[in-house]
Amino acid sequence: MFNSMSYLHLQQYWWFLIGVLAGLFVFMTFVQGGQTLLWTLGKSEEKRDLIVNALGRKWELTFTSLVMFGGALFASFPLFYATSFGGAYYVWMAILFCFIIQAVAYEYRKKPGNVFGERTYEVFLFINGSLGIILVGAALGTLFTGGNFVVNDMHLSHWTKATYGLEALLSFFNVAFGFMLFFLARLLAALYFLNAIDDEEIARRARIVLRYESGIFLLLFLYVAGSILTMKGYAYDPKTFVVHIEAMKFLHNLLAMPAVAVTLAAGIVLLLWGLGLGIFTQSDKGIWPAGIGTVLTVLALFLLLGYNHTAYYPSLADPQSSLTIQNSSGSRYTLVAMSWVSLLVPVVLGYIVLVWRSMNRTKITVEEVESDHHHY
Amino acid sequence: MHIDPSLVEWSRAQFALTALYHWLFVPLTLGLTFLVAIMETIYVKTGDEWWKKTTRFWMGLLAINFAIGLATGIIMEFEFGTNWSNYSWIVGDIFGAPLAIEGLMAFFMESTFFAVMFFGWDKVSKRMHLLSTWLVAIGSNLSALWILVANGWMQHPVGIRFNPDTARNEMVDFWAVLFNPNAYSKFLHTISSGYVLASLFVISISAWYLLRRRDIQFAKRSIMVAASFGLIVSLFNVTTGDDSARHVAQDQPMKLAAMEGLYEGKSGAEIVTFGILNPSKKVGDKQEPFLVKVAIPEGLSLLSYHRVDAYVPGIRELVYGSKEHGILSVAEKMKRGKEAVAALAAYKAAKKAGDTAQMAAAKKRFEANSAYLGYGYLKTPLQAVPSVPTTFYAFHTMVGLGTWFVLLFIVILYFTMTDTLERHRKWLWAALFSLPLGYVAQEAGWITAEVGRQPWAIQDMLPVGMATSNIVTSPVMITFWLFAILFTALLIAEVKIMTTQIKLGPVELKEDSHV
Repeated sequence: MFNSMSYLHLQQYWWFLIGVLAGLFVFMTFVQGGQTLLWTLGKSEEKRDLIVNALGRKWELTFTSLVMFGGALFASFPLFYATSFGGAYYVWMAILFCFIIQAVAYEYRKKPGNVFGERTYEVFLFINGSLGIILVGAALGTLFTGGNFVVNDMHLSHWTKATYGLEALLSFFNVAFGFMLFFLARLLAALYFLNAIDDEEIARRARIVLRYESGIFLLLFLYVAGSILTMKGYAYDPKTFVVHIEAMKFLHNLLAMPAVAVTLAAGIVLLLWGLGLGIFTQSDKGIWPAGIGTVLTVLALFLLLGYNHTAYYPSLADPQSSLTIQNSSGSRYTLVAMSWVSLLVPVVLGYIVLVWRSMNRTKITVEEVESDHHHY
Repeated sequence: MHIDPSLVEWSRAQFALTALYHWLFVPLTLGLTFLVAIMETIYVKTGDEWWKKTTRFWMGLLAINFAIGLATGIIMEFEFGTNWSNYSWIVGDIFGAPLAIEGLMAFFMESTFFAVMFFGWDKVSKRMHLLSTWLVAIGSNLSALWILVANGWMQHPVGIRFNPDTARNEMVDFWAVLFNPNAYSKFLHTISSGYVLASLFVISISAWYLLRRRDIQFAKRSIMVAASFGLIVSLFNVTTGDDSARHVAQDQPMKLAAMEGLYEGKSGAEIVTFGILNPSKKVGDKQEPFLVKVAIPEGLSLLSYHRVDAYVPGIRELVYGSKEHGILSVAEKMKRGKEAVAALAAYKAAKKAGDTAQMAAAKKRFEANSAYLGYGYLKTPLQAVPSVPTTFYAFHTMVGLGTWFVLLFIVILYFTMTDTLERHRKWLWAALFSLPLGYVAQEAGWITAEVGRQPWAIQDMLPVGMATSNIVTSPVMITFWLFAILFTALLIAEVKIMTTQIKLGPVELKEDSHV
């Protein structure tokens, strides 16, 4: 099957998988969103414990999704891995710091003798959920706005700004992208809490969050989506690979790829439906349409970025250094080998769904948390 | 492309710092997941609630360790991009694959079933819970497999071809990479060393309870499981260590020479079991390499090649060459490597100019010398020699401690089986203090493997000096210190939490006894 695919189709297949992984990661950031709602929804210690334990059973999946996203990028598009991580050094390192402190916070927060106190670990969770996600969003924003790098004849890259990626935060679009993800994560968290926690007070407060913050998210989303569709993009000639700037490139991509347009529309509708269920009804099922909608929307954005002869990581310093799925990928042999491995993805998703269902069959309660010696 | 030497050193320091911290936590996870799986299996088989509570106690300690292992692990994956971006391009086509497979096959299994293992006691059936615990153990060990496939490939690169058009190494044989014998000997040696550490962990903590005359039954039963497991895996660890060393002899003779302090090659080479190196010894001079040594004649030849008269090259022959034994000097390899570097540049220039005749000529010249490409980036022949004292002492520390652990497991198991362990308090103290020694052995093993292969990021192919990111030094210095502070603070918290939990002991068992 994969052996007979063309090199370009393999590159497109892998970009599709990267988009799916990015979508799953963004969906799973409800964990981070929930961490920022700890004090908003949890007005007593026992309620905060309940929230932390509801998230604590999922945080490793988010963490793993991020690691998997990195690993898949390394295997399939190593030039992006080298160029962006090695160039936008400060931004990626700051993101990693935000995730390091998350990894210990759940386990150490309530443990006696934790040296720094419960509140410190809660602050760690807040930093991970806020700064971590805003920075991830800003980094993703640079896929549209570009980075300051040059790739030489030997495909070795260097950054041209001494701020090593921090300059991305001067772009209003990138920052708006970051805050959009931040609010999306909070909304998904509120929907997740409705689905996973049996507590009236937390449910009531979660619906208030949905009511007020959906508007902020939608404003940011409209700005970001509008900017993407009207901004210039970096296109390349499929024969000569020469990069040129094209006005409204992403709008052209959307019109040229109806399947992507349908995916984007379906994603947005499902996301809004999920939010609507949480705001206008007493349903606790909003997380599912909103989650699927998130995955589809992010996937569609990635397809707009990488397909239709588009540079998915434009170079502001030297447009001809811009990265495309064709000039930054692994070799044909490696993509074929990894494509066979990718057939495991449905198996992995299958057991995650099964485990999720058995663990969330009944909602988590204060009593359950208090009766467990190992609770977070 | 000019790379600042201080950047290389700071990048190495940061990676070493991260790896040293990461390796404090991973081996315990590798082994303790299996030990708790064994204990839970006993619980499911016997239906005895006592074993369930014992399992939950050790599982609690595992969780504390697991969290910080994850925290330090995420950095390592991304540091290949942030700090070693040239590396990421030059070998990313091969190296990225095992990392991605690790994420897909191992990390998701670990993280998904970890939640069931810790919070699913009352949510899933007893057998489903047991299966989850075993899947966490298998997942964490599968993770080690893929990482060591990647690391083994760095020590012994196979299944690749350098593509001058993309200026990188590309995979041409996935199965060769996957079944690289170097990787499997490293994998088995690494995971078995993790099992040894986990056994020491359980025995050491249990010994402390016995010394304090508390939680006696819990401690004795835990020791019985851990000592039995520990003895089997420590013996296995010895055999995998032997196998791993033979691969080093074949694939990385310079590392072997540094591990043994072997400056002059010889047939029937002795193995030094204990020695103090002569600090003023230089490669090629006439000084004795050791101030003091205890050696077994012909031992190194026998262990490395299974022949007592086998020739083992020393550092001098590996640097200056030996016609008699067909060893090229580093200077000659550097000359050929520089030829390859120049031919590659000529090929790229000809390609840019569209000169196909020049391209063909340059490619031919490149391919004739490409095996030595990495040597073309060395400055002096002596750069090919790793730090001999660091490698030698680290290796001998590891081997010495590994031998001690086998003896400890035999004695502790014997006393446990004869129910006399409580009377042998000196051995209980020895068991208690062997836990830090276990960590020393782990780090020493890692230092042997990684320092011993310097200056290579990829053996004979890519020196560390060519592998770094093209950034200035200051960002790396800043993040180095931030990591150092953060990891140290988290380590302090981890140790304090762990010791507090140990002092509290198996609380659920105590509650049971009150009833």
